[in-house]
Amino acid sequence: MTLLALDWFLLIEKLVLIAVIIFASLGIALYTTFAERKVAAILQDRPGPNRAGSFGLLQPLADGLKLITKEEIIPNSANKALFILGPGLAMTAALMTCAVVPWGNKVEMFGRSIALQIADINIGILYVFGVVSMGVYGVMIGGWASNNKFSLMAALRGASQAISYELAMGLSLIALLMLTGSLSLRKIVEQQMMDGHFWNIAYQPLGFLIFFICAMAECNRTPFDLPEAENELNFGYHQEYSSMKLGFYLFSEYINMFISSTIMATMFFGGYDVPFFNEAAHADLGNWLAVIGIVSLLFKVIIFIFVFMWIRWTIPRFRYDQLMNLGWKKMIPLALANMVITGAVILWLQK
Amino acid sequence: MGIVQILFWFLTALALVSALMVLLSKNPVFSVLWLIAVFFAISGHYILLNAQFLAIVNMIVYAGAIMVLFLFVIMLMNLNKETEPQKNIWMKIAGAVSGGCLLMVLISLVKQANEMTGKTALMKDGNIGLIGNLGKALFSDFVVPFEISSVLFLSAMVGAVVIGKK
Repeated sequence: MTLLALDWFLLIEKLVLIAVIIFASLGIALYTTFAERKVAAILQDRPGPNRAGSFGLLQPLADGLKLITKEEIIPNSANKALFILGPGLAMTAALMTCAVVPWGNKVEMFGRSIALQIADINIGILYVFGVVSMGVYGVMIGGWASNNKFSLMAALRGASQAISYELAMGLSLIALLMLTGSLSLRKIVEQQMMDGHFWNIAYQPLGFLIFFICAMAECNRTPFDLPEAENELNFGYHQEYSSMKLGFYLFSEYINMFISSTIMATMFFGGYDVPFFNEAAHADLGNWLAVIGIVSLLFKVIIFIFVFMWIRWTIPRFRYDQLMNLGWKKMIPLALANMVITGAVILWLQK
Repeated sequence: MGIVQILFWFLTALALVSALMVLLSKNPVFSVLWLIAVFFAISGHYILLNAQFLAIVNMIVYAGAIMVLFLFVIMLMNLNKETEPQKNIWMKIAGAVSGGCLLMVLISLVKQANEMTGKTALMKDGNIGLIGNLGKALFSDFVVPFEISSVLFLSAMVGAVVIGKK
């Protein structure tokens, strides 16, 4: 069955994989909004949402229904095409990142060996950076097209913050990439799974710290949520948005949080590796091995998401000059020092 | 026509149409957005040549960083129809003629170049553009130009800081 010199089974396999991963990301992001409200409630000593369903478990569905059925308003003075493009771009950029993440080991199904990863490309982590830098456009276009000064200010803040922290993020990863010698996320995970090799966090604790802080800034999470500082900017870059377009902006933030947690777990915490468990010795488990891997990865991701929320509801917001000082005068020199020291140690160990 | 050819023609059409739209859009913000589309199409061409590193760096640096700065400047400037200076018709004709001359020179250069004739690009499975090979070439054969260009970047950075301090 070759038409257009193309393996159609591979195409179908990849399409199914893409659909599953995107819907899973959306579902997880949906329940992250619920978890956020619950965690906030616990940290503030109140019950939180508990009306819809038992323990309020249906709350995210009710929220989604509310957003969809609300009236859609496009301001008269707004640039219509760009006003609609903005949230779409934000959502697309958020979802595209999951293409290079290895979600688990290979699965044997229908006589085919299916890798649980949409694309294992040579440039892996750089692709993530490329897509993340596209995410800025959603914020900028939406903020500008609203034709509102507050939205524009918030969009500019968001864009300059994202660009500033992207630099330190990239520099902190260079040190890690010197160790791994590969950009492919699957290779990085496989290296961490090898015997006698610890997770990368053991070799790059400072790099991880910088990456974590920058990821928080990239996701616009408190203490870095300057683009949404409601007491300075009313509501932020999505002030003029209503209905599901607003929902897309809010939702893309949660997807970003989920994906950046996944990237951190993959890069620094062994990805789908289960600690103190030799996967290679248990090959008889077959597909269950992949399931264990996915559960392990998701467990790490949930811990990261919890830490994100914990920080959000504990630490107040930075002032804008503090944010820029932290990014340019502390994060970048620290990341550079980390890079130089890592390079020197690698050279010294190799003699 | 294989899948590679279809993609090639699609990307080529996308690049050309977007490049035209950069010039034809009335609103400069739209021009920037079309320019980003051009960069995407060109990155797509790089991927067809399996030059993955070049493709992604083109996206990160040009579409992701430089175009954001362009957008910054254009969004903050108040670009209305009234404030836009109207160019003389003769200026427009002169611009078109000189642009056409440049295009002709470029085309004749490409057509005459000996190393280009009879060579087709490596589609799909060339590995010259992968990051390992590129890094080896940059840090062994081309190390002097590479370092000199980084000195150039450093001087540009120092210059930006000096201007910013004023």
